[in-house]
Amino acid sequence: MDEVRPLLELTGATVRFGADAALDHVDFRLYPGEVHSLMGENGAGKSTLIKAITGALAMDEGELRLGGEPVAFATPHQAQAAGISTVYQEIELLPNLSVAENVFLGREPRRGGVVSRRLMREHAAAVLEDLGLALDPASLLGTHSVAVQQLVAIARAISADVRVLVLDEPTSSLDLDEVAELFRVIRELKARGVAILFVSHFLDQVYELADRITVLRDGELVGEYLTGELLRIDLVQKMLGREIGEVRARGRVHEDDAVDGAAAVLRARGVSVAHGVADADVDLAEGEVLGIAGLLGSGRTSLAHALTGVAHLEAGVIRIESADARLDSPRHAISLGVVYSSENRRRDGIVAELSVVDNITLALQSERGVFRRIPPARRRELAASWVDALDIRPPDLDRPVGTLSGGNQQKVLLARLLALSPRVLVLDEPTRGIDVGAKVEIQNLVSELADNGMSVVFISAELEEVLRVGDRVAVMRDGHIVETVAAADLTTDSLLALVAQPTEGED
Amino acid sequence: MTAVYKHRLFWPIVSLVTLIAINAIARPQFIKITMRDGELYGPLISILRESAPLMLVALGMTIVIATRGIDLSVGATMAVSGAVALTIIDGSGDPGNLGTVLVACIVAVLVSLVLGAWNGFLVSVVGIQPIIATLVLMLAGRGVALLITGGFITTVNSEPFAFIASGYLLALPFAFLIGVVAIVAMSLVERRTALGVLTEAVGINPEASRLAGVRSRSIIWGAYMVSGVLAGVAGLIYASNIRAADANAAGVFIELYAILAVVLGGTSLNGGKFSIAGTVVGVLIIQTLESSILFLGVSSAQSPVFFGFVVALVVVVQSPRMREGLASLSGRLRSRGADARNDAARNDDKVEVA
Repeated sequence: MDEVRPLLELTGATVRFGADAALDHVDFRLYPGEVHSLMGENGAGKSTLIKAITGALAMDEGELRLGGEPVAFATPHQAQAAGISTVYQEIELLPNLSVAENVFLGREPRRGGVVSRRLMREHAAAVLEDLGLALDPASLLGTHSVAVQQLVAIARAISADVRVLVLDEPTSSLDLDEVAELFRVIRELKARGVAILFVSHFLDQVYELADRITVLRDGELVGEYLTGELLRIDLVQKMLGREIGEVRARGRVHEDDAVDGAAAVLRARGVSVAHGVADADVDLAEGEVLGIAGLLGSGRTSLAHALTGVAHLEAGVIRIESADARLDSPRHAISLGVVYSSENRRRDGIVAELSVVDNITLALQSERGVFRRIPPARRRELAASWVDALDIRPPDLDRPVGTLSGGNQQKVLLARLLALSPRVLVLDEPTRGIDVGAKVEIQNLVSELADNGMSVVFISAELEEVLRVGDRVAVMRDGHIVETVAAADLTTDSLLALVAQPTEGED
Repeated sequence: MTAVYKHRLFWPIVSLVTLIAINAIARPQFIKITMRDGELYGPLISILRESAPLMLVALGMTIVIATRGIDLSVGATMAVSGAVALTIIDGSGDPGNLGTVLVACIVAVLVSLVLGAWNGFLVSVVGIQPIIATLVLMLAGRGVALLITGGFITTVNSEPFAFIASGYLLALPFAFLIGVVAIVAMSLVERRTALGVLTEAVGINPEASRLAGVRSRSIIWGAYMVSGVLAGVAGLIYASNIRAADANAAGVFIELYAILAVVLGGTSLNGGKFSIAGTVVGVLIIQTLESSILFLGVSSAQSPVFFGFVVALVVVVQSPRMREGLASLSGRLRSRGADARNDAARNDDKVEVA
């Protein structure tokens, strides 16, 4: 058994950006037929290590061996030719091409020197079938859901002769069924002897799938462990390098009868949005956190859009503070104290090239109007107080927000919204793809805000989180709110059952 | 030292100074400025005067590009503006009357504002891609100008109108001062209001800006209106210069030169961060280059090739890759120097130890 040699071995890997070492003499090995998880907070060096392996980044020091032979990849293309394929978190495919074309992009099957579309479709069909994907290879990629596109990206990665498969946060946009599907595929590849590097923020998934875990912190190697021998709490501690404060228990849980018409800060009746949510009723009391649980596509984001003026209502009414509100834009909702943070931080949240100050004061400035500029000194003071309050790191006001880690970008977004002193905060997946430490901080922040009287709608794909933060939980399926239950009456399992239950026929 | 080197305007300014230096070396009188009757003259002053129309158009283009847009209709707007003004002056009984000229200019600028508003409407409300939306007016505008002038080149003999392009105020060409006023006004608006940062936010991430409550539509609409007004004033300067409204010749290709000026000044065509100062330098580079062609006696047949060659050179020098290359080259030279010094120091140590 000891004779099994690592398929991929990285020794003394060091990558420097200027004076900072993003990776400092890190060793990493990957055996054939294993799933190996790389764990660490954002900024721990996971991405850098992946880039060093896949040839996207040159190492300043260190050696990479593949199958015992020293190798050096100048480009990801070379790494791929050597059998190292990567699937990134952000899908890097072309939506305007067909599924088959995407699978074989850059290495189209040829017949007599000419690209053969028939061969391409046939090969693609075979690969997709391998993955258990019932998909027309000739259909346009853009017409499929993000989750299916992610699976196509994986199909693309394994369609080459793959020895090492790197999966960087492949599950962040998948729902439970699709994750199960992906795991089935990963296990199959593993059985074929493929070495798999799996990066995920979801501890559950790591423990379900990984054989071994390597932990990085601040660019340094903390250690390599067998999954079975590492307790979760130990893992989290090793990642953080400190004890994480337990999430504070919520001070109070609202009685259901407290949410009558008079006390409701926000009340929605029969709200419908095209292709999203149908006939939804929502009551939100002052100081209450309403968790929303549901799978991807259950209508949870559409509901958030309906409540915040982002989407136009097809039917229904929304009352804010006992006054009918016909929300026609996010701007209108903001003026009534209802603010929204999108699930897609990078696309719909931050303004990447602008500074932390500009981002934090963006909404406040817009509310005041173009010509009533917030004086520069006041802007900085305001931003600095939020950077301090939310512990945004690094505390550099002039840094472009795009260069911050995911968790800090999220905090900047929250600061932007909180600077408006809103009454209702609608958070759509505020902790997606951010590190454990920042996640706990954001959950605590939400609880604290609610204790001070703010009403919060908290949407998350992680049921545990919804339960922990929410006073009540609205369960969504197929565009409907099927039930609203006090969080105290739920366990993760019972909530899971509600979320995953097949909808009974209505008619 | 490195701060100066890395400033976004470093290379544009180097390009401009180099151009002027080459001219000055070739013919020293290029940098000669003389005072005659309390008015300044000389090749450099001419450059400032002649750059006014492009300056105005490029300033408007900067704001439009910052919103992720583009305005191809500026040349046509210039033609319409000139046609409107000249038709009014020509049709009045007294072309030399200052009041007549003022009314003509105001009406012309208002018409330009309407044209800009039309572009802005198509882009921000209807949602047509900027390049297509403004292409409509680019193609149709000259036709409108020809209709206004009845298909002729309207000429006038009006002292007040001629003053716009050839007059002097405070020893400087009046046209140049119009440009300066526009630069100062835009810089002030950008600095004293939140328009600058909100425009950048809309240009970088329109959807995030909308969700943050930014009035993206008004900001984009406004940018095209500003562009229209500035193009209208540029059209007046152009018409004043030739004392005629030539619908087919006014502002031909100016949209492309304006885009070039914006890009030379370091503003990305992808929108977002913009630089008024950069655009000013970009305009001066282009105008200096045009003057150089005349001044250095490049034959008219060769001048487009010469122009293209120099522009290509300037763009390549300013490209990020080239800059990185130069930076790493200078870094290597410096560190080699440092190594040499270190070696020397180490040798000194050895001597001491010995």
